[in-house]
Amino acid sequence: MARVWMFGNDVNTDQIVPGRYAPYMLKSEAELANYPFVEARPDFAPNVQPGDVLVAGSNFGCGSSREYAPLALKMVQVGAIIAPLFARIFFRNALNLGIPCFTADLTKTLHDGQQVELDLERCMIMTEDGTHLELPPPSSFLREVWAAGGIVPYYRTYGRFPGE
Amino acid sequence: MGLTLAEQILSHAARQTVRAGEVVTVQVDLAMMHDSLSPGIIKVLHDELGAERVWDCERVAVVIDHVAPASNVQTAGHQQTVRRWVHEQGITHFFDVGRGISHQVLVEEGLAQPGMVITGSDSHSTAYGCVGAFGTGMGTTDIALVVATGKTWMRVPETVLVRAHGRFYPGVSAKDLALKVARLIRAEGATYAAVEWHGVDFLSIGDRMTLATLSIEVGGKAGLIPPTGPAVEGLHLPNWLGVQEGASYQQVVEVNLDMLEPQVSCPHHVDNVVDVSELGRVAVDVVYLGTCTNGRYEDLAAAARILKGRKLAPGMRMIVVPASSEVLQRAIADGSLSILLAAGATIGTPGCGACIGRHMGVLAPGEVCVFTGNRNFRGRMGSPDAAIYLASPEVRRPPH
Repeated sequence: MARVWMFGNDVNTDQIVPGRYAPYMLKSEAELANYPFVEARPDFAPNVQPGDVLVAGSNFGCGSSREYAPLALKMVQVGAIIAPLFARIFFRNALNLGIPCFTADLTKTLHDGQQVELDLERCMIMTEDGTHLELPPPSSFLREVWAAGGIVPYYRTYGRFPGE
Repeated sequence: MGLTLAEQILSHAARQTVRAGEVVTVQVDLAMMHDSLSPGIIKVLHDELGAERVWDCERVAVVIDHVAPASNVQTAGHQQTVRRWVHEQGITHFFDVGRGISHQVLVEEGLAQPGMVITGSDSHSTAYGCVGAFGTGMGTTDIALVVATGKTWMRVPETVLVRAHGRFYPGVSAKDLALKVARLIRAEGATYAAVEWHGVDFLSIGDRMTLATLSIEVGGKAGLIPPTGPAVEGLHLPNWLGVQEGASYQQVVEVNLDMLEPQVSCPHHVDNVVDVSELGRVAVDVVYLGTCTNGRYEDLAAAARILKGRKLAPGMRMIVVPASSEVLQRAIADGSLSILLAAGATIGTPGCGACIGRHMGVLAPGEVCVFTGNRNFRGRMGSPDAAIYLASPEVRRPPH
């Protein structure tokens, strides 16, 4: 089972990882794993478990191009992020790192702390009471990039970009 | 059917006519990387892509601006790595500590030109739209792939058209227009889209950069000002680039500049905008004048005109960080800088300064900052308990 971590609208990259906690400023990149939502939600990093699901409102990840924001979420092994709208650069960075992002609004359906099961293959969330919530299936390109483990392995495998 | 500026530029870069919604691979004209993400980009290039050389050492620009000069041993070490790599690669366009903010520098150096596709490791790379280039921000991995291959993939964006009518009143400027648009269409209003700004032919390159940089704050993938008007006469304009009849826009936003008063973006979201006259009394601890959005010569000169012969209120600080060394030189040459210093302001090294909350003016809990920059997110400039108000350098209540 995975825990739902609920966030509001317009979660920006300064909330995900403030600029002061960039790997650039740290002794080692590994430290970054301690800092997702370090100020916006201090209980997140110490308690998040591999596979946990972030459910957020609209415009998730707006702001900076800092890839270390999604990288911090990858380091704590977030299973997926579900939001009705993702900011463009964040979505691209998350895709490049192989973090599944689903465009759907589950903020009214799920609640913070809820235990769910995430089925990436079937694009489905199962709640404890047996409810099945369908997630919009990603395009074949997104799936291929996730399957490859990110855009770099994708490029190395196929020797091209999508649409090329 | 006509094409939007974004469609024209991406069609040129893709060597085929493309329209909004298509996914294409495009040739990149220029890749910008700054000190904050360069160590990661170099790591991806070497460790993951096995790329020995950049695709074109004259099409990669490297700028030390995010922490300039270095603030601690870590950043100093990373900058050392970047300098060595730049030297090894033979990169010609390298701008070290003090030259200024990447976007400002690339425009001053004439590296950004109309019709180019420019990708930068910084979200405000939309800035290059000030000269009619398709500038867009990307993260570490995307920029590493561009630097290795000279190409990137893109979904051709729809376009949100902002059509300005009339002229600004004195004391009202491009910043107020951009904040007004954020107020109207909100922070997500142009997500995945390009923003095209029409009716602004009278604006300087600097004012155009204010509009272009703030395009990302409504989610824009690019912010394009048509390269027409007196300010761009010296630039090389490709014959295939220009506003076309019948181009299709996702949304049209009309703004009457004659009716516009100074706008203020209140904590902690850029689209939390009010007319300055609607704002109650706010006690200010620090005024921060700088950034790629409003740290230009015109901005320093405007502040100097207001502060001439005056002093900052007791207990208030003013930090001025010019966007570039050229800006600083001009402000020295015409006496603006002396006026600011005499008024009690202090001057920082040209660069990003405290915009990212790392050094040179980080805010304490409870402090209130009036900031000429582009983001007022909680914690952006330091303490999450500080409050940031975004405004133009000339912001003040209109006389009633």
